[in-house]
Amino acid sequence: MKADIRVALVGNPNTGKSTLFNALTGLNQKIGNFPGVTVDKKTGYSALPDGRTAEIIDLPGTYSLYPKSQDESIVFSVLADRSNTHTPDLVIVIIDATNLKRNLLLYTQVADLKIPVIVALNMIDLSKKAGIDINIDLFAKKLGVPVVPISARKVEGIDKLKQAITFANKIPLQESSIDVKAIAPQLIAQISQELKLDNPYFALQLAHQHETVKFLTAKESDRIEELEHEFSFHSQKSQATETIARYNFINDLLYDTVKVPDTAQDETLSNKIDKVLTHKIFGFVIFLAILLFMFQSIFAWSAYPMEKIGDLFAWAQNTLHQLLPAGPLTGLLVDGVLGGLSGVMVFIPQIAILFAFISILEDTGYMARVTFMMDKLMRKVGLNGKSVVPLIGGFACAVPSIMSTRTIESWKDRMITIMVTPLVTCSARLPIYTLLIALVVPNRNVWWIFNLPGLALTGMYVFSLISAIVVAFAFKLILKGRERGYFIMELPVYRTPRWSNVAFSMYDRSKAFVLQAGKVIIAVSVILWVLASYGPGDRFAEIDQKYKQPQYAKQLSPDELTRAINSEKLENSYAGSLGHVIEPAIRPLGFDWKIGIALITSFAAREVFVGTMATIYSVDGNADKIESVQNKMASAKNPKTGKPVFSLAVAFSLMMFYAFAMQCASTVAVVYRETKNWRWPAIQFAYMTVLAYVASLLAYNLLK
Amino acid sequence: MTLSELEPGEIGIVKEFTDLEMSVKLMEMGCLPGEPVTVSRRAPLGDPISIKVSGYQLSLRKFEASTIILQ
Repeated sequence: MKADIRVALVGNPNTGKSTLFNALTGLNQKIGNFPGVTVDKKTGYSALPDGRTAEIIDLPGTYSLYPKSQDESIVFSVLADRSNTHTPDLVIVIIDATNLKRNLLLYTQVADLKIPVIVALNMIDLSKKAGIDINIDLFAKKLGVPVVPISARKVEGIDKLKQAITFANKIPLQESSIDVKAIAPQLIAQISQELKLDNPYFALQLAHQHETVKFLTAKESDRIEELEHEFSFHSQKSQATETIARYNFINDLLYDTVKVPDTAQDETLSNKIDKVLTHKIFGFVIFLAILLFMFQSIFAWSAYPMEKIGDLFAWAQNTLHQLLPAGPLTGLLVDGVLGGLSGVMVFIPQIAILFAFISILEDTGYMARVTFMMDKLMRKVGLNGKSVVPLIGGFACAVPSIMSTRTIESWKDRMITIMVTPLVTCSARLPIYTLLIALVVPNRNVWWIFNLPGLALTGMYVFSLISAIVVAFAFKLILKGRERGYFIMELPVYRTPRWSNVAFSMYDRSKAFVLQAGKVIIAVSVILWVLASYGPGDRFAEIDQKYKQPQYAKQLSPDELTRAINSEKLENSYAGSLGHVIEPAIRPLGFDWKIGIALITSFAAREVFVGTMATIYSVDGNADKIESVQNKMASAKNPKTGKPVFSLAVAFSLMMFYAFAMQCASTVAVVYRETKNWRWPAIQFAYMTVLAYVASLLAYNLLK
Repeated sequence: MTLSELEPGEIGIVKEFTDLEMSVKLMEMGCLPGEPVTVSRRAPLGDPISIKVSGYQLSLRKFEASTIILQ
């Protein structure tokens, strides 16, 4: 779509920026990447009253133009770099009317860049309710920009804001807030002259950010560095001077235009809620109760839709098999692609529900309190208060949990959280654990109420949390943080969740998951399908030939015959051959080539394990019937020793392998998506595989 | 006296900072010299703390609060 005017949306976090963005653009939006940078770019289109179309760019929330994260550094680049293809014609600075003082700091910085600005004064309804009296006309006059009071939440004032965009001037009219040149007169003059800049604040910002912005050449950057030494420029001292000057301007402005009643200083409702929710004891009790409810709901509410999605795909696969002529292409499409897709799609309900909860917890402001409560505890192992939510979400599925780590500002804390989240026992491990535990752990009660299988399963869950914490601590010592760790965080006022935003977040995250993780999982399932469906040389033809002989055709029923052929073909397929090839490597863990195939096929997703076992041991009925798989596996004997294949040692060795090994293509894909660098999923894959091998080896040899 | 020494409910006025890097971040968030700050509460485990400054709630670790000198 071609837009007539480009508008960037800028504002502090928690000011309702996303709500305004959604109100302006509706469902007409997309997420991409800024060219050359690894930050999500959200753009959408908005129809203006005069028939023109505006492209709206939602920039990451930030408190100032001095970035503290990669996300924030994009704000200055987009606004200031005139050669950038995303340079806006107009900036809407969204300001929380109940928190004017701090919000205005960012406005003054943007205004000094001399790009045309409109101020959207959001939450005007709440500020009126609090008795804050803003003289909007005088306010606009003193700033020299249009000021539109809105309530993004109630969709009030959006039309007026669109009017303002329509009438926006192409030439900035805003008043200067501070005397920028006075901060570093010679340096600003010199940079402006050499780089031919007409804006002193842009020149000053370049002095601060020349090392990180992408649009300067190395030569230009080095020259700025030289000039800084020449005029003994100190970045942090200059920032301090600037910030104080800006707040002086803001204090004067607010003194003239805003009357805040004394009662606003009184104990607010938020404070009363905080007394309960962050109470020494009740705080943790309530938090645990909320988690338990969330955890239960993810399992309970997703079961039915997951089953339906599974049914739908099974139906589609069956129908297509009947409709399309049998052949390799049909097999690839139906069993490879569609089969792989169903593996991704069944997780949509869990992802949607988890994100509904996360978005409600974030929207209400409760998440900031969880962070506040847990920070000290999590800091000890190298995590952050904000790591709690992804770790808990990991019990359902690592994929949405890793997506939710974006709220963690510190690069190091976020990386460690991403690296350890897949260790937490996710729902895909559950069928494997239940199957193996049922095989080898006797169903016996101990201490009256506990039974052994239940204890073993609980043990695996607890074990996963402990391993996540231990690994986090190891990463804390290894990883070098780029920035100094700090924790200066706004505790936003409690608000009721915006249900439309909750619904939007469910839709948005599920879509991102399907599109991003889907690509990889389809690719991997196609490869696995090929590996399992073809064999080297003419072995497959020989097998077909062999079973055509009368002694097989007569003795076996057609079903048994198909199963015998399939199981022998699997053994001779590339996947089966691989199983044999890796057998020496996995024998110390107690595994044979058949388990080897399952290890290979379940690389794409752990839940493939049960299905592969079902195929290998050629069981009656479908692969989901754990009962039958279990019986077959229980009676499987080692041909050499005659002892059962699945001994206690082998079962626990396998469970250890599945507890640690990174057997989830979706997680690999999402880690790449979130870090935008193949290094991280590679490191994660490597360390988890090593841990899996060692843990399996230990388990097998201790229990043998 | 530093901000970290205040008990919940007590008010102080920011005088200066002992750490330049931290001061830039704190000032951006509205913790400026001359600004009154009230300690609202401590986290259940005693750290971080929550303060009221410039009309909103800000949480920060005790270490960060110890870099703020009060009048």
